[in-house]
Formats: sequence, structure tokens, C-alpha cells
Amino acid sequence: MNRPSHHPGDTLLIDYAGGALCEGASLAVATHMAFCPACRHAVTEMEAIGGALLDDLEPEPLSAGCLEALMARLDHERPAPCRPALRPSAERSRYPEPLRSYLRGRLDRDGRIGEGGWRFLQPGMRSLDLLSGPEGTTRLIRMKGGVGVPKHTHGGIELTVVLEGGFSDEFGAFLPGDIAIGDPSLVHRPVSDPEGCLCLATTIGGLRMTGPLGRLFNRFVKRF
Amino acid sequence: MFPLNGPMQDQHTPAADMNPSLEDLLVAVGRERNRQAFGVLFGHFAPRLKTYLRRLGCDSGAAEELVQEVMLLVWRRAETYDPIHASAGTWVFTIARNKRIDVLRREQRPEIDPDDPALVPEPEEAADRRIEAKESSGRLRAALKDLPPEQAELLRMAYFEDKPHSVISAEHGIPLGTVKSRLRLAMERLRRSLKDVG
Repeated sequence: MNRPSHHPGDTLLIDYAGGALCEGASLAVATHMAFCPACRHAVTEMEAIGGALLDDLEPEPLSAGCLEALMARLDHERPAPCRPALRPSAERSRYPEPLRSYLRGRLDRDGRIGEGGWRFLQPGMRSLDLLSGPEGTTRLIRMKGGVGVPKHTHGGIELTVVLEGGFSDEFGAFLPGDIAIGDPSLVHRPVSDPEGCLCLATTIGGLRMTGPLGRLFNRFVKRF
Repeated sequence: MFPLNGPMQDQHTPAADMNPSLEDLLVAVGRERNRQAFGVLFGHFAPRLKTYLRRLGCDSGAAEELVQEVMLLVWRRAETYDPIHASAGTWVFTIARNKRIDVLRREQRPEIDPDDPALVPEPEEAADRRIEAKESSGRLRAALKDLPPEQAELLRMAYFEDKPHSVISAEHGIPLGTVKSRLRLAMERLRRSLKDVG
């Protein structure tokens, strides 16, 4: 399988490695990492930096008795449980972790995403909510071949990871594993590849459409 | 392997540089459930974890409770620790980070599963170039000390303030481009220190 050519970049990976990204953005970055050995390696380096920074922190003494209290708790510890058995292979193969955990209950017997729960966004384009919180939403977006999204910009930040198929916009072609990062400075008009496209999209803040078609689109997006 | 079952300062043990490293201690906890080794690890990490959690906004009591939870996970998971992949400090950092996201933000931490057959594998030559984590961690700490202060300060904010770099930029009035370039420059220097320079 080809390795991705569009990456989150060092600063977003540091946010992920340090633990500052919200869950939805972390899910997008980690899903990209499942496709991208180079970014996995970068995060390993950044975690090593986290370890070195932790070691360099000025120690703050704990109250007396903390260690003893913890040692007493260890007496009640049972031996570590056995590692969980391998999951059935159909479920194992199609989508990597951590995404697979967020699809639990939505996959059919062949490991495909079921038809239930999808919402209409525009002709040829549907979405399925996976996660929504105060900071934003994470959803799957499925587009038929050759569908164009109205030209839009982003109020906050939007991370889109291609899972199947692909799309293109003014910035290039995005294929499985590639991550597209939208922010307020970016205006684009993505069009799906002929075979269609399945993406994971996390939006933090808002997504604003520009142009007349876009304003209609905004009315749908606002419902999320 | 080292005098953990008896007194730490055994007369028959030669010089002080024979003291077990943090990595050795963690392996001893994993293999033998060695409480004395765990006590030494606690002495090193617990006060640093307390500072970490205080910087993230915990009061003293909450920080100490959470330190205990993190150290309990260290005890439980020590068996899975592999010194080839991470220094003890790095391993403890990732456990503390995930636990504080769970407890303080009530969120999950999405992570890849390294054993997942659906992972796109890395090219073989890249795996051959990996160097042992323990060896590189000393060089990394030295390189951190040599960073220009404005780069080091931003790096600490990125790891210890629970704010993505875009928010750090807005709250501290540092232009986003400056934040990004300082973090990138810091990464460049630190990466060089991680490479085996021989």
C-alpha cells in the first residue's frame, strides 16, 4: 500500500503527542498515523521529548505516607489479566485502530459500515456522526464519484482523513491515509474521485460556506 | 542482576555507577513484581508527576491522588515495558498523559494499536536505523538544555498546558507563524540529537 503524502506536520503532531488535542482531533491524527509510519516515528520522538521534559521538571515533594498508602493498595492487586484474544479477522482487517473502536456497533458482518444513521448533506454526499462534544464534531463523510462540495472556508479547524477512494482540491490529490487541514485562511472546493470517497472529518469551531450554494449548505451543517 | 533483593547499598557491590538505571528498575518491577525497585521509581517519578499535574491545574491534593493512580498503572503495566522502545521517563510520561486526559478532561485518548494487522507497515530499512531509546535519552536531555529559551519555553507550554499551539498563540499574543516556526526549529535540533551521531 502507498504511504500518505499529506501529513499533519510537526506542530499538530506535538499537540497530539503532548495530549493537548481534543478527542476528535486526536482521532483524526491517530487515524492518519495508522497509515503513516513516518508520523508514527515522529510521535515516538515527540513522546521521548515529553519524557525528557518530565524528567527535567522541578520535583515537588509529596505528603508523608503517599508511598506507604500506595504500597498497601498493591497488596490487593491481582496478577495482571491475560492479554485479550485476537479479534475476529473480518473486523480486524478493514479499518485500523483507533478508528475501529469508534465504529463499534456500526459494522456489518463483513466489517463494512452499515447503512443506518447516515444523514443527507447534499446530493451524493452523506454523513454519519461518530463523536460530538463542546469543541466540535467528528463524522464519516461519504461522497459518490465526481461530487463537488460548495466552495467553503473554515471558522475553526477541520481535519479530514481519507479512508477509501479520494478527492482533489486546489491543493492536490488526497488518497487513503492523507490528511487535509482546513483553517480560516483556506478556501477550497473539493471534488471526489470517480470511485467516490469515504473520509473521517473532525471539525473544531465552525465550517462556513462562501457563495450562494454554500449558504444553503450552511443550513444543513448547522444542525450538527 | 543487581542488588535489589538485598539492601541497595551492598558493601560487595562496586562503585556507584553500578546503581540500576530507571529502565532496569522498571524491568525488575515487570519481571519480579519487585517492590523495592518500585519504591525507587516512585521516589524519582512521583514528585515530578506532581509538578506535571500542578502545571495542568490540579491542586495539591488532586495532584497527589492522580500521582497515585498513575504509579498504580506503572505497577500494573510494567510487564509490557520494553526498554528498546522507550526510556522509563518516556513510558511514564505517556501513561501520565493518558490518565490525566481520562480523569481531568473525561475524554478518551485515541491511539494506534502497534500490533494491529491493519497498520501500514514501515519500510524495513527505517526499522534498522532505530537506536535504543535509553542511549538517546541522555543526548536528548542535553539538547533540550541547549535550546534557545524562547523555543524551550514554547515546547514546555505545548506539553504542560493542555492547549494546542493555535490556542497558545492566541492566549500569549505570539503570532501563529512564530509559534509554528519555533516549535519546528526546536524539533529539528532535538531530532538531530536523537539520531545516532556515533
